[in-house]
Amino acid sequence: MPKVVLTGNYTVALAAKMARVEVVAAYPITPQTSIVEKLAEYIDKGELDAIMIRVESEHSALAATFGAAVAGARAFTATSSHGLLYMHEWVHWVSRARIPVVMAIVTRTIGTPWNIWSSYEDFFGQRDTGWILGFAMDNQEVFDMTIQAFKISEDPRVYLPVLIGLDAFTLSHTTMPVDTPEQEELDKWLGPRRQGYVINGSEPLALGNLAWPEDSEEFFMDLQRGMEEAKKVIREVDESYGKAFGRKYGGLIYRYRCEDAKYHVIAMGAWSGDLMEAVNVLREEGYPIGLIRMRFIRPFPDEEMYEILNGSKGVIVFDRAISFGSLGPLYLDVAANLTKYTHKLPYMRNIIAGVGGVNVTHKDFYELVKTTIDDLEKGVEPPVFTWYHRR
Amino acid sequence: MARPIPPLPRDMRNTVLPGHAACHGCPITIGLKVVGAAFGNKVILVIPACCTSVVVGAWPGNAFNGSIVHVAFASAAAVASGIAEGLRKRGVKDVQVIAWAGDGGTADIGMASLSGAAERNNDFIYIMYDNEAYMNTGIQRSSATPPGAWTTTTPLGKLEPKKDVARIMIAHGVPYVATASVGYPHDFYAKLKKAARIRGFKFIYLHAPCPTGWRFDPAHTIKIAKLAVETGLLALYEYYDGRIHLSGPSRPYIDKSKRKPIEEYLKLQGRFKKIRDEDVKVIERYVDNMWEWIKKHI
Repeated sequence: MPKVVLTGNYTVALAAKMARVEVVAAYPITPQTSIVEKLAEYIDKGELDAIMIRVESEHSALAATFGAAVAGARAFTATSSHGLLYMHEWVHWVSRARIPVVMAIVTRTIGTPWNIWSSYEDFFGQRDTGWILGFAMDNQEVFDMTIQAFKISEDPRVYLPVLIGLDAFTLSHTTMPVDTPEQEELDKWLGPRRQGYVINGSEPLALGNLAWPEDSEEFFMDLQRGMEEAKKVIREVDESYGKAFGRKYGGLIYRYRCEDAKYHVIAMGAWSGDLMEAVNVLREEGYPIGLIRMRFIRPFPDEEMYEILNGSKGVIVFDRAISFGSLGPLYLDVAANLTKYTHKLPYMRNIIAGVGGVNVTHKDFYELVKTTIDDLEKGVEPPVFTWYHRR
Repeated sequence: MARPIPPLPRDMRNTVLPGHAACHGCPITIGLKVVGAAFGNKVILVIPACCTSVVVGAWPGNAFNGSIVHVAFASAAAVASGIAEGLRKRGVKDVQVIAWAGDGGTADIGMASLSGAAERNNDFIYIMYDNEAYMNTGIQRSSATPPGAWTTTTPLGKLEPKKDVARIMIAHGVPYVATASVGYPHDFYAKLKKAARIRGFKFIYLHAPCPTGWRFDPAHTIKIAKLAVETGLLALYEYYDGRIHLSGPSRPYIDKSKRKPIEEYLKLQGRFKKIRDEDVKVIERYVDNMWEWIKKHI
């Protein structure tokens, strides 16, 4: 398998190319821009047989992507932050139309003030849209997850769009080695485009006619069933991708040193790598700590979460976003989903950090986790909510 | 327009089916019948929020015997661009993509996506059916509402002039722009057929008098549509090869003396009941300016 050295953004572009996308409609925004540039270059050089629609806004980017998908094409777009907020209306529309589409989101802080560094408010803003929401840790996973996204999205049990998050700059503009499969093997694994319906004039078909409340609710109940099915499909796709190309992540979550762990940390995105380093040091010092790294937050891996956290002596959820006036969005999800299985929750701490793109290092993680566990061992429960900030 | 005028196929009633939800005298179903006559069911309508979203009926019914993609308000031109390019990539050539939007979805909220698609010259027909206000939400003014007209958000009459979207489209340099009216279905039909033969972005303005919103007898939709042309308020034309080609029904009215007085058009409509003399003068000036512009570009 050819190994290449790529930025996260070029990795996204390469994955879209190798998935043989047929239509790309996108609009530039920092830090996503180099995805669009690279895809335009592939297409203009004839390396990718696709049509690029150079739209006038993100709202139109997803609208045109939707149009191409409805007409039967494998379609792709990418955006970030304000672009994602601007197209938010369409984010809902696409999933409710049950049309497979893949979109990459380079996470970036929302203004005002203007800020181009990574935090996850833009990503979590799409939480309730009906998209499958995945998040990568490094460029290799960006590649693998983008390819897998097409397979998941186009599975007849799912037929839902998939969004893949990656951190601004930490991944988007940082080069890393990426293993890529041979094109032929990938074609064989991914297969041709599949979707629930095609509107191409071959028969009269209406999409989205006014529906009465009962009918509408049934459509949305079916979407929820699709999400439940997606849990199975994501695990299956991870397995079969692993068999074909040698990399398996563990489905909806990635478990790191969880086997004998008594304390747990939960995080997602690029800084999970720093958290792993902290876990390693703490393990050397004898702390029984494990990391759950979220690969998907929709559908939410509730079963996995309960299986691991049942009996945990303490959990810290690191959120790189805040639901102002409440807690971090990831924490809220973890806590709420555990109640599906038990009302006896372990001690759970929510640490907000890195918001606005503030750098958080493995040393910060080390200190935060160590002091939490030390306190708990002494019988002292630290406050549930902490906004960790340093200059 | 080339003569003789092509006859409308008799099966135009097969496309707009019984059971649609339009008001009596609605111009939308008239327009859609002509679209159906031109393309049969080999058509994909991209419809943003507008009266037609309701007119075609509720799921699982569909009163239009062609394909429809309902889309968010601002996005008709963007989705139509995507469908057109998706079909091109897939090698599908036997279906006509049409964005079918009202004046609100075109002149106001959809203006940016319309301008984008026109500038990119994406290959589809955009039809703006102009009932001159937000009728689906209950008669609120749009930028295409004429001055002096009552709406629920201009209870004393609109103060601003009407936005001329056809001219804005001409300024984009697209290959084909035309104005049409539900009062002249043959003319509209011929323009649709011609547009379908041209590759790239085509814009057709369709004047659509609305009995409910304009406050007139539903029996008079066609009469009022024709009066708009006969008073010179609306000029039917095509724009291609860099100049205006005046269409048959409007040819006599290049001569101001042949035009009927504007009052004949205004007096049939409740929305102009309280129109002030100065607003009538604004409308007259608008008409004069438009014809001067047409003469310069003919």
